[in-house]
Amino acid sequence: MADVTRIEIATRPGFADSRGLAVAAALRAHLGIPVAAVRTRDVFHVEPALSAAEAARLAAEFAGPIVREGAVGRVEDGPFDVAVSVGFKPGVTDPVGKSARVAIEDLLGRALGSRGAVYASRVYLLTGVSGAEATRAATQLLANEVIERVTVQPYAEWQAAAPDLTVPRVVEHPPRPAETVTLRGLDDAALQALSRKKLLALSTPELTAIRDFFAAAAADPARARAGLGADPTDVELECLAQTWSEHCKHKIFNATITYREQGKAPEEIRSLFKQYIRGTTSAVDAAITAREGKSWLVSVFHDNAGVIAATPRYHLVYKVETHNSPSALDPYGGAITGIVGVNRDPFATGLGSDLLSNVWGYCFGPPGWSGTLPPGLLHPRRIRDGVHHGVIDGGNQSGIPYGRGWEFFDDRFLGKPLVYCGTVGRMPVTVTGRPTEVKSARPGDRIVMVGGRIGKDGIHGATFSSAELTEESPVQAVQIGDPITQKMMFDFLLEAREAGLYSSVTDNGAGGLSSSVGEMARQPGGAWLDLSLAPLKYQGLAPWEVLVSEAQERMTLAVPPARLAAFLELARLREVEATDLGAFTEDGRLEVRWGRQVVGLLPLDFLHDGDPELRIEAAWSPAPPAAAPPQPAPASAAEGNALAARFLARDNLRSSEQLARTYDHEVKGLTVVKPWIGAHRDVPSDASVFMIAHDGDWTGYALAEGVFPTYSDHDAWAMAQAGVDLAVRRVIAAGARVDRIAALDNYCWPDPMPGEKNPDAAQKAAALVRASKGLAEICIAYGVPLISGKDSMKNDAVVGGKRISIPPTLLASAIAVVDDVRRAVTLEAAAAGELLVLVGETRQELGGTEWAAARGLRGGEVPRTTPAALWPGYQAVARAIAGGLVQAAHAVGRGGLLHSLFLLARAGGLGLSADLGKAPVGGAVDWEGRLLGETTGRFLLAVEPDRLAALRAALARVPHAVIGAFDAGDTLRVGLGATPLLDAPVAALAAAWKREGGAS
Amino acid sequence: MSRPVRVLIPVGFGLNCEEETAAAFRMVGAEVELVHLTDLFARRAPRRIADYQVLAMVGGFSYGDHVAGGLVLATRIRAHLQADLSEFLGSGGRVLGICNGFQTLTRLGLLPGPEAGPPDFAPRAALTNNDRLGYRDAWVRIGVDPTTRSVWTRGVTALDVPTRHGEGKFVVESSEVLGRLDQRGQLAFRWIDAAGKPTEAWPENPNGSALGVAGVTDSTGRILGLMPHPDAFLYPWHHPDYARRRAVLAAQEAGGLAIFRAGVAAD
Repeated sequence: MADVTRIEIATRPGFADSRGLAVAAALRAHLGIPVAAVRTRDVFHVEPALSAAEAARLAAEFAGPIVREGAVGRVEDGPFDVAVSVGFKPGVTDPVGKSARVAIEDLLGRALGSRGAVYASRVYLLTGVSGAEATRAATQLLANEVIERVTVQPYAEWQAAAPDLTVPRVVEHPPRPAETVTLRGLDDAALQALSRKKLLALSTPELTAIRDFFAAAAADPARARAGLGADPTDVELECLAQTWSEHCKHKIFNATITYREQGKAPEEIRSLFKQYIRGTTSAVDAAITAREGKSWLVSVFHDNAGVIAATPRYHLVYKVETHNSPSALDPYGGAITGIVGVNRDPFATGLGSDLLSNVWGYCFGPPGWSGTLPPGLLHPRRIRDGVHHGVIDGGNQSGIPYGRGWEFFDDRFLGKPLVYCGTVGRMPVTVTGRPTEVKSARPGDRIVMVGGRIGKDGIHGATFSSAELTEESPVQAVQIGDPITQKMMFDFLLEAREAGLYSSVTDNGAGGLSSSVGEMARQPGGAWLDLSLAPLKYQGLAPWEVLVSEAQERMTLAVPPARLAAFLELARLREVEATDLGAFTEDGRLEVRWGRQVVGLLPLDFLHDGDPELRIEAAWSPAPPAAAPPQPAPASAAEGNALAARFLARDNLRSSEQLARTYDHEVKGLTVVKPWIGAHRDVPSDASVFMIAHDGDWTGYALAEGVFPTYSDHDAWAMAQAGVDLAVRRVIAAGARVDRIAALDNYCWPDPMPGEKNPDAAQKAAALVRASKGLAEICIAYGVPLISGKDSMKNDAVVGGKRISIPPTLLASAIAVVDDVRRAVTLEAAAAGELLVLVGETRQELGGTEWAAARGLRGGEVPRTTPAALWPGYQAVARAIAGGLVQAAHAVGRGGLLHSLFLLARAGGLGLSADLGKAPVGGAVDWEGRLLGETTGRFLLAVEPDRLAALRAALARVPHAVIGAFDAGDTLRVGLGATPLLDAPVAALAAAWKREGGAS
Repeated sequence: MSRPVRVLIPVGFGLNCEEETAAAFRMVGAEVELVHLTDLFARRAPRRIADYQVLAMVGGFSYGDHVAGGLVLATRIRAHLQADLSEFLGSGGRVLGICNGFQTLTRLGLLPGPEAGPPDFAPRAALTNNDRLGYRDAWVRIGVDPTTRSVWTRGVTALDVPTRHGEGKFVVESSEVLGRLDQRGQLAFRWIDAAGKPTEAWPENPNGSALGVAGVTDSTGRILGLMPHPDAFLYPWHHPDYARRRAVLAAQEAGGLAIFRAGVAAD
């Protein structure tokens, strides 16, 4: 008899089991399973077993009154066809079980003890399905077998069996010792075989460097004293593999690249990062300082997030990350880990920030994909559902509103979805009298790990994400974020920060302790830590596993010895685990101990700078320009209306407002311009605007982004510039200060490293170079510094022998200071009679556009940005907005003017007529170019007639024209001179755009 | 001049609306103290709960809404603070619970509470899953039942507020019980439609509560719980129509503040 109590909670008859109803609807809609009914149960297994009285009390407490009932064992109920039980696999993070344990211990007034545990799981009772259908439901919707175990039982079998008392307890083993890994004498092939077997993702030159380093290090007396020899221990090898992983080291961005372009001399680039990213920011920083006498860049590139000055009390901190590979395997777990993981970046910048807002953005395969799916890949609809659910839970439970959210769909994201998550923080200018952006770990400071415990979860996450996805990708690479554990840790750390209890902090993300301690040790000049002291979820981890585990919700801090007792006491009071693991030193080494034994001794200079230089070949051969065959204009307004309805319903343009409402966007009470706005509150805002604090200072910040993956099919240079341009135009449209805009660059690329399965690597590398050149050009022209960024370079899937590579994608995220949030501007026209002004030239640019995708066009000119020429116009628009001359402003983006005109009419709740014949143009532009082209650099402004003259004067040197007017009707009329292009009720277009009544 | 009303806001364990709730109370002149629940549990707080006039249970996701919204926190509060709460309520203390705070007060049995007499901490209602499953953030309109006995709604008739919850459908044992609560003026807030009438229809009523119940008071009128967030409408520019109706909205006080003012002024 297992020493386990099972409690089951069910909805009482007569009350709707709304979760069951939702599951039933999803099974019918997505899997075509004609299920008649679904009932659900929440199950809690408690060990050691409770007394009968305790168990009954617990069942009653968890059920609560009226709606639900609880029972020890099972809630007996009428017949069904199949029971599907879903619970976690051993060792997977179980936040519900963890919270339930807290409640149980307080309810019973006693602890469950060190061997005690509570496991949460759920049961679905399906009626109207066959066994085979139930199995399909289980594997394709109800459970993810990567992290969950599933039991499918027909009713008769379920009835006959006793309630299931199995729990996913991890089988514990004695601790495993560190081992030496023999590298001496291994040739290239043997080294590579070792790297593959151990999932190190190290290249042959890297392994050779490691082998040779240790062979020489045998002469180091310190090494001999520690009992270490001429080969690395597994601790040392794994630590180097994590630190040198592409994920942590950004080797490709620091490589020496030979760039070849037809008809030009080859160019050697020593580090894209230094030349085009940091170099750009240095140039912009110098220009700011020259202009203002002082820069508003507070901390860039060297910390976990970028920091800019905002108010006398607060700086703004911003970071955007990707979590692509884990989200492909376990969309929910990968995505929740992505959002709570990026929360830790601003939190761990300087001495720490309060978190203000999140952003998310996803690139997926089409949710309605009906083509074949290579084995090993999840259906994009399932990835999408899981990712949303994960980021919703992560953000909502952390109490952080989202400011921006977007989705982009393209077939090539079937292989790897892109899951961007970002967080803005608010950093006090000073804490305890010191500048908050400065970390100061000193020799002697203790190394204290705070937060969750260490398990095997996430081992090799960093090296895994540095490799392509295959059918054999490791399941332990998936972690599940636990936002409540993290929230409690953050609350505690903010208190500790205010009390001055620590001198430095960083997060344990990729690479775990090896990365956090290895990185922090650079400041004092060394560190030792004893891994045997680390709190574990279960016994049996080898030292190297403790070192590199990516178990979540952990931070590493430097705590001065004099503050250690106070720090640990506050942690205990706040029910947060904190453990003293070692100390920082100045001996230039990272010394890793297991009790009294030294299991690793790595000089910091080899750890951080010992990897051999990478060289990459890049070759750019532009696709031969192919003209896009023109399409005749709609023969009638009716034909145009149908075209518009179809176009606006495309996945990349339609409103996902209903889905986005499941994310909180206004907790903290600081949100001013919300993500969805307008008369019907269903139009995406150009930029979201927030206050910074409830302190009577109306200074705020605006967030916006731009991303144009399909422009890369023409030229990654244009792709990168279109993204930055749109992000910048959007924050300007919201009324941000034109001289306080900063940007973040997130590169997601297909692998640019050559390999037998990657024949066009040099082209992908060239795209990287061109995107970086384009990025640098536009940021310098606009005076927009890059304050933080991230790259993810292996976004390919090789499944069934077929390679699917994503289009090179640069996400540009802008953050800008708004002087007075009360005067922020949106795209909402307020009244009939307001005039519509188009600012900026329109050119015949259809290449890579949404319209090109709709038409299946491959040729045409991609929208190209001319940053230096555009910038004075943006300054003029910003002055006009700051001067109160416009009611509404909007940056034209994907979907061109058709999409923009529709959004303006819908948001204002007004009718709108526009004549595209009046649009300022560059060159010959036909109806398609005017209505659907995506020429960058354009604004639409709504202006009251009595302010038109002032606006026109403000825009005197900028191409612009009044192209239309708002009216009290409900029709969107667009024409080209006398020729009508469409004449449709806005409500009818909106119905198509929202696909009301249609499939999701 | 009398000293300001003192408001206790317990924090921690995944609660997260303390910043805006504190701002709201301060904007209407109260003195606010944020105290970590572990300090209340361990008797380390600077003062006893009975030394405050108002207890505000803020919104958030205490313990992630795990098992059920408010459940783990309510279980903990009952284990550690029941006597303190009884003393506080016995001396006339007022309580506001918003969203997760309302769920917690309901789980604790403080709402709707017994028909008469001191609180007995016996749950009589549930805030269960919305009819349309899942969390949703959208602005709606709520109205005050004119017969309500709540001290938190004096001078308030209706206001726009965001609703942000997944478990907010108010359920009692029977329609008779609900009818009695209605008769006794305990169904303080209702989701209302464009005509100002209580509604059971989505989206004006986000959770499907019968009679459009959005907020409930106890029999003394001193304890109020509501699902929507008056703490998210503190400035005119919080309102989603602000960009289109700037002049009108900027000339008025933000609608959420009246509730905090009424509760503070009810001394």
